[in-house]
Amino acid sequence: MMNSPQQVKNPSSSLKSRFITRFLGALTKINAEHPISSSSPTRIFQRYRRIKVASNKSMAYSVRSRRIWSRAMLSRFRSRRSAFSVRRSSVKTTNCTTSPPSALIKVTINENKIAKGGLDMQTDELRELVPGGEAMDVCNLLGETAHYIKCLTTQVQVMRKIVDFYHLSK
Amino acid sequence: MSSTRWRESSRTNISEEQITQLLSTLRQLLPEIPHSHSHKASSAAKVLKQTCNYIKTLHREVDDLSDRLSQLLATIDADSAEAAIIRSLLI
Repeated sequence: MMNSPQQVKNPSSSLKSRFITRFLGALTKINAEHPISSSSPTRIFQRYRRIKVASNKSMAYSVRSRRIWSRAMLSRFRSRRSAFSVRRSSVKTTNCTTSPPSALIKVTINENKIAKGGLDMQTDELRELVPGGEAMDVCNLLGETAHYIKCLTTQVQVMRKIVDFYHLSK
Repeated sequence: MSSTRWRESSRTNISEEQITQLLSTLRQLLPEIPHSHSHKASSAAKVLKQTCNYIKTLHREVDDLSDRLSQLLATIDADSAEAAIIRSLLI
């Protein structure tokens, strides 16, 4: 018999395993609550919605409140459950240390754009895509985006493997 | 309020290098694009645009996979397969 699974070495693999456990638990629950005796289109659509929400929820809960984007997502879920409007939580800046005012050499950003707030315009679309992005400053936004992308790719990777597994078992 | 604005713009200037660093971190996460000249010269705007497109792609993939799962779940009892999946996924 194989050894019991080792301690996970890095945070990302424990995040992945937390997500897997949560998501699989959610899938089991969805399957139990909405058994497919009749695979009507409505049922399938409902199930699709629930699976999608479960996937995003599982990831947000696995990240917990360590990130601005996950906090924003979690408060969104809670506000949907309760009927009241979301209370705007204050946005703490994380990870964003100011570097000393050294010479601004080799910057890829046009200084004029900064002065006119042009970078703000460029980040508008990104702010809409990242949960909680509207309230972040640019520094946080970029950092949060990187983490968000990592989590999304983990989501996709795990979901693909589950789909493949179910395909093979048919 | 002009002093606040000056403070904000100076703070932005100070963190430009950091923004550049963050942007290159982002660029490394993006899928490879066969651009011959995408050295350091890709502008912030390009990286942001590519990032937005990538996030949208990932959202669509989650959508699509949820859709496929919703149809596949119909045919399988999740309980028995769960342990096997977890084991195979964590390997």
